[in-house]
Amino acid sequence: MKFLVSRFNPDADARPYMQAFEVQVQRGMMLRDALLEIKRLDESFAFRHSCGEGVCGSDGVNVNGTNKLACITPVSELKEPVEIRPFPGRPIIRDLVVDMTQFYQQYKAVKPWLVRNDPMPEQEILQSPKDRDRLDGLYECIMCGCCSTACPSFWWNPEKFHGPQALLAAWRFLADTRDQATDERLDALEGPYKLFRCHTIMNCVEVCPKGLNPTQAIGHIKNLMLKNAV
Amino acid sequence: MALNKRRFDALIIGAGGAGLNAAIQLANTEARVAVVSKVFPTRSHTVAAQGGVNAALANVLPDNWHWHMFDTVKGSDYLGDQDAIEFMCREAIPTVYELEHNGVPFSRLDSGKIYQRAFGGQSQNFGGAQAARTCAAADRTGHAILHALYQQNVRARTHFFDEYFAIDLIRDDEGAILGALVLEIETGEPLLIEAKATVLATGGCGQVYRTTSNAHINTGDGTAMALRAGIPLMDMEFFQFHPTGIAGRGMLITEGVRGEGGYLINRDGERFMERYAPNAKDLASRDVVSRAIVTEVKEGRGVGPNADHVLLKVDHLGEDIVSKRLPGIRESGRIFAGVDAVHEPLPVFPTAHYVMGGIPTDPYGRVIVPQGTGEEIVPGLYAAGECACVSVHGANRLGGNSLLDILVFGRAAGLDVIENLKENRNHRPMNESSVEAAMARLTRWDQKGDGMPVRELRDEFRKTMEDHAGVFRTEEIMSEGVEKLKALRDRLPEVRLHDHSKVFNTARIEALELENLFDTGISIAYSALMRKESRGAHSRPDHPQRDDANWMKHSLYYRDGDRMEYKPVRTKPLTVESFPPKERVY
Ligand SMILES: Cc1cc2nc3c(=O)[nH]c(=O)nc-3n(C[C@H](O)[C@H](O)[C@H](O)COP(=O)(O)OP(=O)(O)OC[C@H]3O[C@@H](n4cnc5c(N)ncnc54)[C@H](O)[C@@H]3O)c2cc1C
Ligand code: SF4
Ligand code: SF4
Ligand code: FES
Repeated sequence: MKFLVSRFNPDADARPYMQAFEVQVQRGMMLRDALLEIKRLDESFAFRHSCGEGVCGSDGVNVNGTNKLACITPVSELKEPVEIRPFPGRPIIRDLVVDMTQFYQQYKAVKPWLVRNDPMPEQEILQSPKDRDRLDGLYECIMCGCCSTACPSFWWNPEKFHGPQALLAAWRFLADTRDQATDERLDALEGPYKLFRCHTIMNCVEVCPKGLNPTQAIGHIKNLMLKNAV
Repeated sequence: MALNKRRFDALIIGAGGAGLNAAIQLANTEARVAVVSKVFPTRSHTVAAQGGVNAALANVLPDNWHWHMFDTVKGSDYLGDQDAIEFMCREAIPTVYELEHNGVPFSRLDSGKIYQRAFGGQSQNFGGAQAARTCAAADRTGHAILHALYQQNVRARTHFFDEYFAIDLIRDDEGAILGALVLEIETGEPLLIEAKATVLATGGCGQVYRTTSNAHINTGDGTAMALRAGIPLMDMEFFQFHPTGIAGRGMLITEGVRGEGGYLINRDGERFMERYAPNAKDLASRDVVSRAIVTEVKEGRGVGPNADHVLLKVDHLGEDIVSKRLPGIRESGRIFAGVDAVHEPLPVFPTAHYVMGGIPTDPYGRVIVPQGTGEEIVPGLYAAGECACVSVHGANRLGGNSLLDILVFGRAAGLDVIENLKENRNHRPMNESSVEAAMARLTRWDQKGDGMPVRELRDEFRKTMEDHAGVFRTEEIMSEGVEKLKALRDRLPEVRLHDHSKVFNTARIEALELENLFDTGISIAYSALMRKESRGAHSRPDHPQRDDANWMKHSLYYRDGDRMEYKPVRTKPLTVESFPPKERVY
């Protein structure tokens, strides 16, 4: 199977270029396995990866124009030649490795931790199964960045717009009945950019490898804001 | 060019559950703390833990920490230290509540309390009916815990060095640890981090085997660093093969599947665990189930075109349970085995999963080494998590006890560092020769010219480990293995890096990891060859019995001369009566 991968070594190259590799495909092969085969052919080829099972969020790449996690993408589903590029819109460090600093900063900016003002009980804070269910589809985010780096609003305003991943995280805490910082969280999201740059283009939903729905989360935040405003 | 240097009060190497739970303790003090991780913290392999974390909360069935302690001692095949086990089982309860307070989205019971499931090796009332002790966030517990701990560290403004690779510890002539030499992966620049206390929390080493549930990054770096600093590794022969890896690939199917009612069948559709463990059946301890599967396959009752695996039946549980309690498993089954667990059984075979052994520590995370007739603390060095050995797992770890171990002892190490810093207000003088030695380990890979590529030796090494230090171990297989491994080790100096670029050179990282795989892997094979009995995960057909008279002792492997020493098991708990060794039946 033919793969075209984006190469860039800042020590040697002025700009990224595509390089072709032929990989012997086996049954059940994932794209990460193919990238590892390419690394066997050329050890200088760089990409991030670790768990191999879609939980660590390291190996997001752009495949034939769509962001995917390499380790859970069967090569059999891909159109040949398979074109693999780094995430769009992020500064390239080397080959498929991009600089995700702004993505992480936006995450940190939504204060993604549980805030509790009441004194803690001796045991667990109680939560009904129904209330806990509200966190399903939110807490599973693996911070792979497939969504935010597919979001046009994030491409243009990565320093001002939080992006789908961070907003999903913001809603994860707003939705948690144990959290006691709803007002602060909502206040912090006010303004034309942080939240409201989302134009519901839905790229984020399409690419999320965990089947999460940041657009819906963003909608929930907007509704809650409206509700709290009246 | 001069070497860049930074000074901190404490240096934590590793940002998995152990490292982050140590860091969060320190974050609430004045101490300046650096956390170094070769991957962004939430990419650490704690994220992959599925089933849950044990604590006797008694939310579902009656329970108490003393029963948990009994199960852990028995599960360890009486090789675990009972003082450390008592400490862990007591601490489990506040530890899980603290996690919940930190935001972990545990699954819930109708009462609003944390959901708990049954796992293998758990009993009520010292060996009675099955207990339900494993606190779970669906089958994504590790993910839920790791992210919550990272989030709390972000809140506390912990100083992270993300994507920095620790090369080696720095020590002075008295053996005190002064910090570590690390490499910034993005720039390829080395950095010397000086610290009054250094915590190794580098996780497991499953990558020494070819088929494993462990991530690419689990290369035993911390254990190898300790070995090179002259510290022995304890009980490394005890390596757990998890019974249910996806056949041929190694990804894990959590024991929680069997806890929820799934069971194993062979070619004839027989529920074979009934023969091997009449009471506990599919929830017998992991070593027991793994050996049963290997035996079934060896005796020709395997499934598939090559009759090389067995099946895990889940479909009878119904779609509801599977999607609610085991959604991640359903997903993995679909992706990696092409099977929807709701309708079809999953193909499984044991996979290299967890190292019970590691860097010897006391219950405060302090690294301890033999000295004269007793033991002494290595000044300035701590270890916690899978790379450490307290020892609570002894010869076999129970499911759900590892997340517990990393959290309890990560926390304990963090707290002890705080005490330690009160007494040690100054940095010790730097030891240039140790820095040079660590630098040499890095610059060695600048050598140019033809030579074997890293991957070639790595592949051969991992295959040899799998063939010669796997589930069943005879003298013949293992001594041949050790010879082969030593021969491979002799070829390490011939290996050459062909890419010498600086920026994000992952080939250089893999070369450094290769040496760590060797040091850690050989400690496993060597310790295994020397232990002439069967105990827990260490199963020798040529010495089928446990031999308490000669072998109820911890092994210590030293890298220098591949030397072994032994030390007694600590059978005296902190407050309760000791559990005397008994035959281990399930
Ligand atoms: C698939 C799977 C499922 C599991 N399920 C369960 C379960 O349900 N219950 C349970 O109790 N246990 C489970 N375990 C075991 C448990 O998850 C691990 O033992 C535990 O998470 C290890 O945590 P840790 O903090 O020690 O290491 P890790 O989480 O592996 O973290 C290691 C850290 O060290 C860093 N590091 C390593 N080397 C270097 C270096 N050279 N330089 C810089 N940084 C370095 C890494 O970047 C990482 O941050 C499971 C394990 C696996 C593999
Ligand atoms: S829906 Fe909003 S967040 Fe998602 S891609 Fe579109 S603009 Fe970005
Ligand atoms: S929401 Fe989905 S795509 Fe976005 S970071 Fe999380 S897991 Fe990745
Ligand atoms: S390697 Fe971990 S998500 Fe792909």
